[in-house]
Amino acid sequence: MDWSISPDWPGNFWLRLIIIAVILIAFVMSSVIMFIWMERRVIARIQSRLGPNRAGPFGLLQAFADTIKILTKEDIVPTLADKVLFWAAPAIAFVPTLMIMAVIPLMNGLQLADLNVGVLYIAAISAVSAIGIFLSGIAGNNKYSLVGAIREIAQLISFEIPMVLALAGLVIACGSMSLSKIVEAQSIPFILLQPLGFVIFMVAILAEINRTPFDLVEADSELTCGFNTEYSGMKFALLYLTEYSEAVVGSALITAFFLGAWRGPILPGILWFTIKMFAVFMFILWLRGTLPRLRIDQSMRLAWKGLLPLSMFNLFIVSLQTVFFPDLALWISIPAYIIISVIIIILWAMFMRKERQSSNA
Amino acid sequence: MGINIMFWILAAMAVTGALMVVNMRSLFRAALGLIMCFLSIAGLFITLSAEYLGIVQILVYIGAIAVLIIMAVVMTREVEHSNLASPYKLPAIASALAFIGIAIWAILNTKWPTTVIANDMIPPLQTHSIGQLLFGQDGLVLAVEIAALLIVVAVIGAVSVAKEK
Repeated sequence: MDWSISPDWPGNFWLRLIIIAVILIAFVMSSVIMFIWMERRVIARIQSRLGPNRAGPFGLLQAFADTIKILTKEDIVPTLADKVLFWAAPAIAFVPTLMIMAVIPLMNGLQLADLNVGVLYIAAISAVSAIGIFLSGIAGNNKYSLVGAIREIAQLISFEIPMVLALAGLVIACGSMSLSKIVEAQSIPFILLQPLGFVIFMVAILAEINRTPFDLVEADSELTCGFNTEYSGMKFALLYLTEYSEAVVGSALITAFFLGAWRGPILPGILWFTIKMFAVFMFILWLRGTLPRLRIDQSMRLAWKGLLPLSMFNLFIVSLQTVFFPDLALWISIPAYIIISVIIIILWAMFMRKERQSSNA
Repeated sequence: MGINIMFWILAAMAVTGALMVVNMRSLFRAALGLIMCFLSIAGLFITLSAEYLGIVQILVYIGAIAVLIIMAVVMTREVEHSNLASPYKLPAIASALAFIGIAIWAILNTKWPTTVIANDMIPPLQTHSIGQLLFGQDGLVLAVEIAALLIVVAVIGAVSVAKEK
């Protein structure tokens, strides 16, 4: 069955804008609630605990109970804080994460704006969101928050380069920066055609959305939660929401770029998108349950010495294939790409290890 | 009509942001004013249907330059009251007025080259035409390469200056 929505549905420009905007916001919010529940239950399962299981069936209403609790909390503003910034920062952090959703196709035609510079738009807007988190770290006038904020910016600058270079590989392969074109080109998901790009993008996204093992921005045990230490009440809730909507947007981006977005048999597109997005988040949770947190110097070394050369190599082999073998058969190109990626990752890891040992000695 | 309203809103925001940069006592808020100014200019580009330029404006000026400025501000001491008033007020006003005069004169007296696109012709995609201009035949490849070389030299220079002996 064809589940697509025509690009001028329902006929009126403004009506379409409003309807799709409402759908997108509802999609993000409900995914955030499910993500919070899933994170607590899955991590509990990994750590042999029970997790929240009292409010509603399977503890599903826990997020609502927490929201009501947090709304009734006292709102404290530190005396030495920069009041205006302290109020504005959570909003500045939250709005851009929603703005990114505007270019993501949830379904064939269910896309707020099909920009022909979509990929660049995502890279640009995610930087603005990081400024919001940075501000929330600065405005509270707290040393721990300041350290968290500086780590945030350092991590953003470092991991944005491999992220954009990995996306450049996609753009070269399908010849357009529009997300709907990128999804259209994925009759075979790009995770198979560009496995190296996928690994780089996945790691960079983990760092951009501050999930383990790159959660040193909000490291609870060393920075007492970093940038949101001074926040309480509704403003804390907004920062928490930002964090999880960043996770939603990050999973949605991986889905759209590498897993074929809404493409899939039988089920409607938006359902496929949701399934894939939750699978990606499940993987992120699995990483969180497994890996310890990196130190800031390790994270920086990974970005500049590990991912940057790898992403340049990825760009190189993808352009090589696009220019010289544009019609390579899939049964050659998929295994070739996977083998090349595995070999290059292992070689580079060995090289980095050797280099570190010689620099330590 | 809508475009005109957007223009005035964005222009007012850009000017407000620029005024914030020079008038705010706290350097940190001045940097935020700069971000507001950059964002409104990106919005102006987009109302002129130059999406590519608008997005690149955000990517380069906010994602890189503004972040670096904020980083530098955070590393500076006495952030709260360090945006001091300059003692050279009169010369500053005079030179600013002279600059505005020259700029307005130049804008009014330039013949802006325009190309009329026939109604039945689909305008080429901006990203494609910029790419053609930079890397295509008879393009500016040499200039791009020289710029890239300059940046590499600057990066290596920065590393060698910053590296401890």
